[in-house]
Amino acid sequence: MAAKTLTIDGKPISAEEGATILQASEEAGAKIPTLCHLDGVYDVGACRLCLVEVTGVPKLLPACTTTVAEGMDVKTDSERLRRYRRMILELLFAERNHVCAVCVSNGHCELQTLAYNHGMDHVRYDYLFPKWGVDNTHPLFGMDHNRCILCTRCVRVCWHIEGAGTKNVSGRGAQARIITDLNIPWGESDSCTRCGKCVQACPTGALSHKGSTVGEMERDRGKLEFIVLAREKKQWVTAD
Amino acid sequence: MSKRIVIDPVTRIEGHAKISIFVDDAGNVADAEFHVVEFRGFEKFCEGRPFGEMPGITPRICGICPVSHLLASAKAGDAIMAVDIPPAADKLRRLMNLGQIVQSHALSFFHLSAPDFLLGWDTPQPRRNVFGLIGSNKELARAGIRLRQFGQEIIEILGGKKIHPAWAVPGGVRAPLTKDGRERIRQWMPEAFATTQAAFDVWNKTMETHRRELQIFGNFPSLFMGLVSEDGTWEHHGGRLRFTDSSGSIIADQVDPQKYFEVIGESVQSSSYLKSPYYLPLGFPDGIYRVGPLARLNVAEQMGVPRADAELKKFTKLGRGAVTSSFLYHYARLIEILAALEYIELYLDDDELLSDYLRADAGINSLRGVGASEAPRGTLFHDYTVDRNGLLQKVNLIVATGQNNLAMNRTVAQIARHYVKGDEIPEPLLNRVEHGIRCYDPCLSCSTHAAGQMPMCVRLIAPDGTVIREVTRG
Repeated sequence: MAAKTLTIDGKPISAEEGATILQASEEAGAKIPTLCHLDGVYDVGACRLCLVEVTGVPKLLPACTTTVAEGMDVKTDSERLRRYRRMILELLFAERNHVCAVCVSNGHCELQTLAYNHGMDHVRYDYLFPKWGVDNTHPLFGMDHNRCILCTRCVRVCWHIEGAGTKNVSGRGAQARIITDLNIPWGESDSCTRCGKCVQACPTGALSHKGSTVGEMERDRGKLEFIVLAREKKQWVTAD
Repeated sequence: MSKRIVIDPVTRIEGHAKISIFVDDAGNVADAEFHVVEFRGFEKFCEGRPFGEMPGITPRICGICPVSHLLASAKAGDAIMAVDIPPAADKLRRLMNLGQIVQSHALSFFHLSAPDFLLGWDTPQPRRNVFGLIGSNKELARAGIRLRQFGQEIIEILGGKKIHPAWAVPGGVRAPLTKDGRERIRQWMPEAFATTQAAFDVWNKTMETHRRELQIFGNFPSLFMGLVSEDGTWEHHGGRLRFTDSSGSIIADQVDPQKYFEVIGESVQSSSYLKSPYYLPLGFPDGIYRVGPLARLNVAEQMGVPRADAELKKFTKLGRGAVTSSFLYHYARLIEILAALEYIELYLDDDELLSDYLRADAGINSLRGVGASEAPRGTLFHDYTVDRNGLLQKVNLIVATGQNNLAMNRTVAQIARHYVKGDEIPEPLLNRVEHGIRCYDPCLSCSTHAAGQMPMCVRLIAPDGTVIREVTRG
């Protein structure tokens, strides 16, 4: 495969054709913040947190879904990018009911960590305070829509890694929400295999092990990547 | 037609409150009402949440006694899961509650109340606070502040932080006592006992110089309620409910807290967001009862530890039957601090508190669960109703300040009766009414003394509604 040369934050980089800016930036040592991206599953560019500046392109581009091109000049950090990223975080917080102090993921939440890192000391937008419920019908897991940021990681791991296709998205805009099968209580789903990959994938406290209390949800996302890699490299297939 | 005096606002309390004093045509005080005019809505907005979250949410009700809500909430969760928690978890919860009792009572006695009776009622406000106490008796003030710190440290050693620790959970607790933590607590013990003894010395002198206050600061017959163990020993996190009357006779005993609603009714007044619980068989308002240190000592036959038991004997002699003066809440608080210290000392020699078997696990086995625990201010009930998935359908919280609501009304009326004459609102009234409320150490006393004074507006209102006299301060 042909290699492409480009610069990221002024650093010349060589990347494989078809690689994303996000993948190439790792080589350049640039840390681009992400939220909907999850190692092991395909990217959808949903959260817009990984937006970068590309010289010659007036709009900002998501690093996770934009492939590298010859001669590309990428900036991963600037005043403008920081302003937009903070704005995105504030909008996420305003859209649903995120109450860190009493959340199962407090201290281990990707949204919370990003907000800290981006100096989000307040939210400039009116909170919507929507009335979302909790689906606690599953014997092992709970889904709190109040804490969901619609990153669709759970949907992608369910379809792409587990292959069960239980998790889906319904509705549009702020009314969109994660559903189970054709919008039935999670506990009634026949397709759910109870594998818990969605719970491992969730960046916030939206999906949790039932019975977890404040700050108890710690996730091991490396497991998901391990499964995918092992499958691709056929590590589970014996020689005979 | 009667007149009405309104004290509004009684603020910088946990919430806002106002006091109305009703005056009859002859200018005598007929009645008083203490209104809480702030609405917080915890019972409502918790609906729909998983019950396991409640020990994280409800401590936010208050920064002074978050531990009380934490423990009552975890206990209600135990009841929903219908589990007996591991013995070590029960002991650890008790240890934290004892720390909570020490820190809260030390705050009430040294920081909030002592400035009133040690510096004098009519000391100007800029000096009648804990800083004034530091000026006049540095050692006592310092020791008091450190005693509170000791209680807070127990909470921190167990829960990881002093305020709002997410430590007790339905089914048990999340972490044991460590050997290091145990030694840290042990080092504090001699100083904590010495400070408590100093406080008793101060209090004994106060009782001699404050005979009038003993008579008029909430000295009236009422029922008393608290938790006691099977043999009638003082309880703080377990046991069953006992009611006694002012003659000291037991009128209800060993009532299962899960069935509290069979003996406690709740009256809702249009004038206040604070509900007024009452003893159901006697009806409202005859079923007035008091909770908290004074009530717990009135219902208990013994403290169960030697030094506190010796003090309880002296305390009991201050009443005929029950001890009825609310001014003696202060004394009761000191006895409870002493008992808490003695119990803490016993726990320090109990290796079970180091155990790592701390959490029972279960699903939803009961759709309703009640958690009752003695908060420093009195018995606290958390009553949760859940659906089959553990989501809350109904939440009822009965807090100590609510249960003392009727008693506080009566205390304010009693004090006002001695100071309000005719159309005048004398200055001494405000300071004394303030302290009358402070005897109960309701949440509203929290911040009033810590900085500045309780802002008050007392209005004397004529029968036709016109304001004939107004005194404002703060």
